[in-house]
Amino acid sequence: MKLYEHMAKEVFGRQGIPVPPGRVVTTAEEAADAARELGEVAVKVQILAGGRGKAGGIRFASTPEEAGRVAEELLGTEVRGLVVDRLLVEKKLAIDREFYLGIAVDGAARRPVVIASTQGGVNIEEVPEKLLVRQTVDPTWGLMPYRSRQVARRLDLEGSEARQFSQILVRLFAIFRSLDAELVEINPLALLEDGRLVAADGRLNVDDDALSRHPDLPRVEEGTETERRAREAGLSYVELDGDIAVMANGAGITMATLDIIQHYGGRPANFLDAGGGAGVEPMARAIEILLSRSPRALLINIFGGITRCDDVARAILKVADARGGIEVPLVIRLVGTNEEEGLALLKERGFEAYRTMEEAARRVVAAAAAGNGGDDSGHTRR
Amino acid sequence: MAILVDEKTRVVIQGATGNQGRFHLAQMLAYGTRVAAGVSPGKGGQEVEGVPVYDTVEQAVLHHGVNASVIFVPAPFCKDAAFEAIDAGLGVVVIITEHIPVHDAMDIMAFARQRGTVVVGPNTFGVISPGKAKLGIMPAQAYAPGPVGIVARSGTLSYEIAAALTAAGLGQSTVVGLGGDRVAGLNFVEVLKRFEEDQATQAVVLVGEIGGTAEEEAAEYIKGMSKPAVAYVAGRSAPPGKRMGHAGAIIERGRGTFEGKVRALEAAGVRVATLPWEVAGLVEEVLSGGGPAGETGPETPLDGE
Repeated sequence: MKLYEHMAKEVFGRQGIPVPPGRVVTTAEEAADAARELGEVAVKVQILAGGRGKAGGIRFASTPEEAGRVAEELLGTEVRGLVVDRLLVEKKLAIDREFYLGIAVDGAARRPVVIASTQGGVNIEEVPEKLLVRQTVDPTWGLMPYRSRQVARRLDLEGSEARQFSQILVRLFAIFRSLDAELVEINPLALLEDGRLVAADGRLNVDDDALSRHPDLPRVEEGTETERRAREAGLSYVELDGDIAVMANGAGITMATLDIIQHYGGRPANFLDAGGGAGVEPMARAIEILLSRSPRALLINIFGGITRCDDVARAILKVADARGGIEVPLVIRLVGTNEEEGLALLKERGFEAYRTMEEAARRVVAAAAAGNGGDDSGHTRR
Repeated sequence: MAILVDEKTRVVIQGATGNQGRFHLAQMLAYGTRVAAGVSPGKGGQEVEGVPVYDTVEQAVLHHGVNASVIFVPAPFCKDAAFEAIDAGLGVVVIITEHIPVHDAMDIMAFARQRGTVVVGPNTFGVISPGKAKLGIMPAQAYAPGPVGIVARSGTLSYEIAAALTAAGLGQSTVVGLGGDRVAGLNFVEVLKRFEEDQATQAVVLVGEIGGTAEEEAAEYIKGMSKPAVAYVAGRSAPPGKRMGHAGAIIERGRGTFEGKVRALEAAGVRVATLPWEVAGLVEEVLSGGGPAGETGPETPLDGE
């Protein structure tokens, strides 16, 4: 789960990392009020995507009236494809230099990794590797203060700046660990003209699998309506821009199924992993969700290990019963555990299934190309 | 021979009295795995399928000399269960559970490294040495004993590929599931090294996917391997920035792309299949000496058919 900048900064502030004074607003009036209190301000759109600045999502205002006008212009618009419904109005900073500081999970090292750079304020992905300082941290011991001093030293920081930096890094690491973060980032970490280091931006992504341990954190929903519904149903779902809906069991085979559809010239509409061992109910929900987006065809590709083929068949029939039939060409590939039972259940109702991914993929691509008028033994609309 | 687990491995099932634990304990027993004990805190003294259940792993070690564990404990309690297994001195700990918090996973791996325990997973189907032992949830009928070592990030896709190999008469020495999470106990290189040393393994199949750099690191290692390798990589059609089910399966910072992985593998002499059902044919070729490692052959997987 990604937190908005203003939420991340609230966490930072509570942990003693300096952040600029600011207020979250949802109207032009509130923006003007905030500017009246803060003086010259930056008005920043709160969206769950980076690159706001370049996309015109960060503006400055020197009077309350200007802040109100800028807020009026920004609210309700789209920045990087996301609707702006809130702004962070912050005291404008007099910045001398900008650093990057982040902590992420290094999968290869199986440890947290601190990444820092003197090249802050830009997309860190564009900073050459030789300008990045990287240090993995053994989670057993955590980030000892000397490690943070090493990082400061490698950024050529000295004196008060080095002291402030080390303290911020140690506190940021504490946040990373205590909040089960996948990523914490300060970009830029601003060195002000008066010598103070301040978190001018903030990112905090929390591990979804650990959210139950953090009831106090705000909940932020992301994704399309369908993606949210799928998530609530416990499904792993990602929307794509094609027209062939896909359900499979297991992330790897689902990805492979999309690749194969594309290989034969089709365009997948989604990634949907029903999971290993999913029962009738979740699979039926999954099929319903896929059909709700009106694809041109639907492919169900199941290699049953712990997933039982008879459960898959029951899920399909349940949806067909509820909807009075499946309204788009449905291609089924069903092999594995309880295959005979599953195939028999389907056959009784006029649904056929393929044995191989290859046949099924070719068939669904042809069916989608032909549209709903396409006719073949691999689907039925009864 | 085989790697990681064999007919001598003595197994304890943690979470043996839960639904999943019970079901798979029975399946593993039926396969011939030496399941010596189960552990479920508070359920000591019970039996599952005639296998005695204890409150602690320590007791299972004391009474049965178990040296490997398969964990079915729910995610919130998994770190504790894994630490218990590692602390008890087990050599191999297979964590089937999915949705383990990534910070818990990092803690588990750090402790395992200190104690020299091999962790397989989390979020894995497990490890099987066909005909010898099965520690996990994979469908037994997909496998047969033979000379091919398989290492995979994903479950169902590897079942599919193993079943195709089996159908083609190409059995397996050991099949290892690394797991779909970002932080896993084993990586491709660590498993490939074991296959390289294993006399029963004559060729290896790597089933990878987009995200991370594990396939690229594997390619580096394979350059020095004496055994031929075949690979399939899933995620060719995946757009950047979208996490495809597995925590690690995401193209980020321009890294972990399908093209980059295939390029690295082919440069290392790996035969890369464009479609999963082509893997068996390629394995047949490399085992019969056709299509020498180091050459890609006539196919150009990046351009499709």
